[in-house]
Amino acid sequence: MKKLLASTALMLALCGPTLAQDYVPDPAAKQGGSIVMTYKDDVATLDPAIGYDWQNWSMIRSLFDGLMDYVPGTTDLRPGLAEKYEISEDGLTYTFHLRAGVKFHNGREMTADDVKYSLDRVTLPATQSPGSGFFGSIKGYDAMVGGTATSLEGVTVVDPLTVKIELSRPDATFLHVMAINFSSVVPKEAVEAANGDFGKMPVGTGAFKMKEWTLGQSLVFERNTDYWRKGEPYLDQITYEFGQEPIVALLRLQNGEIDIPGDGIPPAKFTEVMGDPAQKARVVTGDVLHTGYITMNVTAAPFDKVEVRRAVNMAINKTRIVQVVNNRAVPATQPLPPAMPGYTKDYAGYPFDAEGAKKLLADAGYPDGFETDLYAMNTDPNPRIAQAIQQDLAAIGIKANIQSLAQANVIEAGGAGTAPMIWSGGMAWVADFPDPSNFYGPILGCAGAEAGGWNWSKYCNPELDKAAVAADSMSDPAKTADRLKAWSDIYMKVMEDAPWAPVYNDQRFTMKSDRMGGADALFVDPIATVNFDYVYVK
Amino acid sequence: MPAYILRRLLQSGLILLGVSFITFFLLFVLPADPVRQIAGRSASAATVESIRHELGLDQPFLVQFGHYIGGLVQGDLGRSYLQKSEVSVLIASRLPATLLLMVAAIFCELVIGLAMGIVAALRRDSFTDQALMMTSFVTVSAPQFVVSLLMLYVFAVKLGWFPIGGYGTFRHLVLPAVTLGILGSGWYSRMMRSSMIDVMRTDYIRTARSKGLTRARVVLGHALPNAILPIIAMIGIDIGVFMGGIVVVESVFGWPGIGQLAWQAIQRIDIPIIMGVTLVSAVAIVLGNLLADLIAPFIDPRIKLK
Repeated sequence: MKKLLASTALMLALCGPTLAQDYVPDPAAKQGGSIVMTYKDDVATLDPAIGYDWQNWSMIRSLFDGLMDYVPGTTDLRPGLAEKYEISEDGLTYTFHLRAGVKFHNGREMTADDVKYSLDRVTLPATQSPGSGFFGSIKGYDAMVGGTATSLEGVTVVDPLTVKIELSRPDATFLHVMAINFSSVVPKEAVEAANGDFGKMPVGTGAFKMKEWTLGQSLVFERNTDYWRKGEPYLDQITYEFGQEPIVALLRLQNGEIDIPGDGIPPAKFTEVMGDPAQKARVVTGDVLHTGYITMNVTAAPFDKVEVRRAVNMAINKTRIVQVVNNRAVPATQPLPPAMPGYTKDYAGYPFDAEGAKKLLADAGYPDGFETDLYAMNTDPNPRIAQAIQQDLAAIGIKANIQSLAQANVIEAGGAGTAPMIWSGGMAWVADFPDPSNFYGPILGCAGAEAGGWNWSKYCNPELDKAAVAADSMSDPAKTADRLKAWSDIYMKVMEDAPWAPVYNDQRFTMKSDRMGGADALFVDPIATVNFDYVYVK
Repeated sequence: MPAYILRRLLQSGLILLGVSFITFFLLFVLPADPVRQIAGRSASAATVESIRHELGLDQPFLVQFGHYIGGLVQGDLGRSYLQKSEVSVLIASRLPATLLLMVAAIFCELVIGLAMGIVAALRRDSFTDQALMMTSFVTVSAPQFVVSLLMLYVFAVKLGWFPIGGYGTFRHLVLPAVTLGILGSGWYSRMMRSSMIDVMRTDYIRTARSKGLTRARVVLGHALPNAILPIIAMIGIDIGVFMGGIVVVESVFGWPGIGQLAWQAIQRIDIPIIMGVTLVSAVAIVLGNLLADLIAPFIDPRIKLK
């Protein structure tokens, strides 16, 4: 990733939470060319207020822009539709100055009114946006959700190119929130003209615009020749073809018919691909902001005893589980993945030590172990991983019965708190934005521990909740290092209480055709999956 | 005849109401929450409840079902929970591909299945018969995924005769249709064989033979029309099966049919789409059977519709 960053820093007129050095274009990049990408499933929606799966996430990023953006291939913020911004002393008021002359795909110029409309729209209950909760720190959010207001009180249009956003509490993640897909700026007239189907007729300010969509068959994006980042994107056209099995996509890639198989390398073919030099050359590996973990329900025996939870952490042979997934991951030591700011580098995690684990179990009053249920999703490789965990647990005397269920049923059991242990594979946390707070609230905080929440351990430590609020109040960019330290401490405390046994961090493997150009980091972009705005055809 | 059709259509209406009720009920009691699928992983409880309310999923079962049927009688299949598009539009966009593949596949099934069945019946108990029936047994029990991939690998990847999946031209249609034809032919060949054997034993065939008619005329002119009746009824059922979606074959060959739509909707618990596809499939089964019953008297004048 280093080669993406300029050594002579292009210092911007502002500082983000992390120093934003902007992207230096690839000198070999050239304009033109069309690529073909395949997926098994059709896209559900391209409405940025609704779309929330790994497939439409990168597509929406190509069609739309938010006030903030990320330096391609990195987790560093950079300005997007806002040219610059100011944060008030108390961290409660953000003033964004918009770029002049940015046009929507329909030709109309984007103004501060559109920013306000878009934020109102995403928080209005009728929109049914899954991302509404991200905007909880904006003043007036509760009234929107409660149905007593139809417009966010905290968002004010100062002039056509200035928008002021007031928060009800300091929120150090707010600039990330302004970069997430849900805060993309959309034109009101296009939303209304679509009559409830904006997700099939998207209009944004992004690098690409939608050309045509044949449901179930293909989707075509073409270059936005009016794009405000001059000279971008490089590609003339992206065609997504749907209904293609990953294994068929791989055959077509070898035949030179397609450029990127969107669903990646089929697990059954992984060893073969990585063992063949010609195919391996087409693979790009990168980090995902993901952790796979085992949750233990701390509210019920035997996992109410911290010794038992630590024993489980010590019993798991992570290296072997990584082998079960063909080394498509790296062993995890803590809740945060290594690519996430705030990751504690010098923490080794619990050692793999079955004898030590047995001793802890004896200390907790279970010298002969116990019987419990381990829930896992029923699609490969999760049942195999659950079996590996089962064997590891058996070695220390814990008899775990595997409950292999459909995804929705596992999520249901996790939310209801009826599952003593859950292997998170297939449902695990992938960060919405690259900030350490993103791994806490819903999955480890008290708020997520309520019935139906995603905190399946039902772990609730009020002290840590307080520390989390304090950390997220440090919105002064100068305090970024302190804030990351605070988050690192929080996760270290979580490891001490051990509501989870972190198992591994997924790696991303993207395959691309030989004619695709662009730095590797662009094909495994931590934010956009594949950053289409910057890749090109050689 | 019109009275018969009217009565059958009324019965069909009741069947469809029953199908809607049972499907809707099963989806209601399913221990999985469609709102969770929409809300995604980090939605707060408030957001989840808000979405539930907006979709009317916080209402009692009968109220929800009443709403659905209310819309249905006005021809409104509702909107997809996740896509927000109208279900009728989503299904309509998949219909041409499904209908095309259905017609082509049934054609292939009939050609392969009837040929095998007739030959086996005429060479009854010979080695040919046993080999053919063994083949039909294999095709019926072969896993669709394996056969589809094999066909794709041999004829598209290795030989390059056909495109590797997709939709649009006649060449795209051949492989999925032939694959389905092979997979489904076993049912037809076995049915045809036993039906043909029964017919060949009847007196009128013996009479025809003793009149000195050629073997071809006996088989094609006298035996076949009489043996084919159960096949017609089977086509009626087949139509329903195809309309419900051929998930595996569609997904291997990248065929944009109803099966793919249904499969994606099931994975995402998108109830309006699941309901819509179920109803379309039920309508097709009901109409397919009705059609088969209506055709029967033309083939066998002894059959009277009452």
